[in-house]
Amino acid sequence: MSILSDLSWRFLRVWWRNLIVFRRIWKVNFLVPLFEPALYILAFGLGFRNLVGGVSYAGLDLTYTEFIAPALIATAVMWNSFFETTYASFVRMIYQKTFDAMMATPLSLEEIILAEVIWGATKAAAAAGIMLVVLGVLGFVAFPSGLLVIPLAFLGGVAFGAVGMFFTGIVPTIDMFNLPIFLFMTPLFLFSGTFFPISSLPPWAQKASLAFPLYHVVEPIRLLSLGMTEDVPLLSIGYLLIFSVVFLKLAMSSMRRRLIH
Amino acid sequence: MTAVVEATDLKKRYGEFTAVDGVSLRVDAGECYGLLGPNGAGKTSIIRMMYGFSPLSSGKMLLFGQDIEKDWRVIRSRIGVCQQDNTLDPDLSVEDNLAVFAGYYSIPAARARARAEELLGFFALEKKRKAKVMELSGGLAKRLMVARSLINEPELLILDEPTTGLDPQSRHLLWEKLRALQKAGVTLFLTTHYMEEASYLCNRLMIIDYGKILVEDSPQSLIKRHVGDSAIEIEGADEALRQYLEKNRINHEVMDQRIMVYAENSVAEHIRHHFCMQRCTFRPPTLEDVFLRLTGRELRE
Repeated sequence: MSILSDLSWRFLRVWWRNLIVFRRIWKVNFLVPLFEPALYILAFGLGFRNLVGGVSYAGLDLTYTEFIAPALIATAVMWNSFFETTYASFVRMIYQKTFDAMMATPLSLEEIILAEVIWGATKAAAAAGIMLVVLGVLGFVAFPSGLLVIPLAFLGGVAFGAVGMFFTGIVPTIDMFNLPIFLFMTPLFLFSGTFFPISSLPPWAQKASLAFPLYHVVEPIRLLSLGMTEDVPLLSIGYLLIFSVVFLKLAMSSMRRRLIH
Repeated sequence: MTAVVEATDLKKRYGEFTAVDGVSLRVDAGECYGLLGPNGAGKTSIIRMMYGFSPLSSGKMLLFGQDIEKDWRVIRSRIGVCQQDNTLDPDLSVEDNLAVFAGYYSIPAARARARAEELLGFFALEKKRKAKVMELSGGLAKRLMVARSLINEPELLILDEPTTGLDPQSRHLLWEKLRALQKAGVTLFLTTHYMEEASYLCNRLMIIDYGKILVEDSPQSLIKRHVGDSAIEIEGADEALRQYLEKNRINHEVMDQRIMVYAENSVAEHIRHHFCMQRCTFRPPTLEDVFLRLTGRELRE
């Protein structure tokens, strides 16, 4: 296993670099997770309330707003980590040559990639934390079980960060990210039990949704937000773990092919 | 004594193309060693193999007696690399560039700060410590690049075209700094397109072309051996001169408007008295003459 031998805790140094850069613009970075959920809740709460009745979910009758509130966190986790390891990492890699500089130091490419993914997950977890506060104040999150959303957001962030990094390893130009976003992310965003329960889909589409990684982020986050900790499917956690490991490895080998000549 | 760099029969292939074709070289501690060659000769490929960025197609690359392919992490902690491109972190200030880079070497924060201070002073960057990297001029950015590559107090400093694009002031300042580093015991390995720079800085140098070694020696010996005492540029040369040069097998090159002759003092005197009908320029030969003689005058790219 050459990948394992090229990994060490030194990756945290690269993570730290990203944190230093982030700290300088954190106020701007935190505005989105702060206001985005409020806007969505406002739009869906006011606009959809009269169109959509209650949603029956996990034996509970929820209002539509109650149903989608936790999904907002899950989708934010997905976008935050994915954008970080696609556009942001691509800019660092190609335009800023940051990785080139790092690879003259005792850092391995694998450590740099891992750090980028973990950083994406950190941003995702931070955004989830802020949204949790906003949604908690609005009464959409049950505590203390809701706090478990943060580690889950981190895990989901690793999964989406890894898949983003994999795309970064294979896209020829930065404009080409449109393709995975349109073909991969948008279907996930819409069909992972985010805006409607997957039980309202035909059976074949339900099965497809079960294969979507976002579904395995949405479900646990919704259950935790509703206070149903014991119902969180371990299968989802397992799915995210395996998905993360597989795509981390794919990301590392695609980046190696791309950068090392 | 163990060589700082010892490359043996180094080869680098990219698909069908062979960029480095059997180069062997040795750099001893305290030396300044130059690697010269036209664009595409294989200089950067050699450097990338040296610091463990590019895998070797074949051959061996030892630094401090250790194999770069196995012990790259240990080796990299003992060397500094100043890459050709500006790879400074544009998201960070000048001083943060140094501090964060120190982190990559796991240098403790207090020592990193002290070292960064030292380097800011050495490269006259103190006034720019808070500046954004984007705001730096080419000369300042290069100084910061070199400063950053010294953050871990390397025993070997590798510089890929350190002065390309710099104004004469910045170039001379950098030369002084590099000389001072060498005096302090740092081994230098550099590539350059400036022959004046190579002559001034390097104890020994190698000229490569098409991935192969052409010559290796000290700048003075190379000049003496390949171009002699004098370089004479003759305009409007006549047939008599050509015959004289051919007959006595004197090193020369025939160009569009003029003839370049490289010769011993006695021959130079003879030419001065017999063949300088129009305009002759006598000057001491330089490394550039050696370089052009060995690699030819046609464009590469």
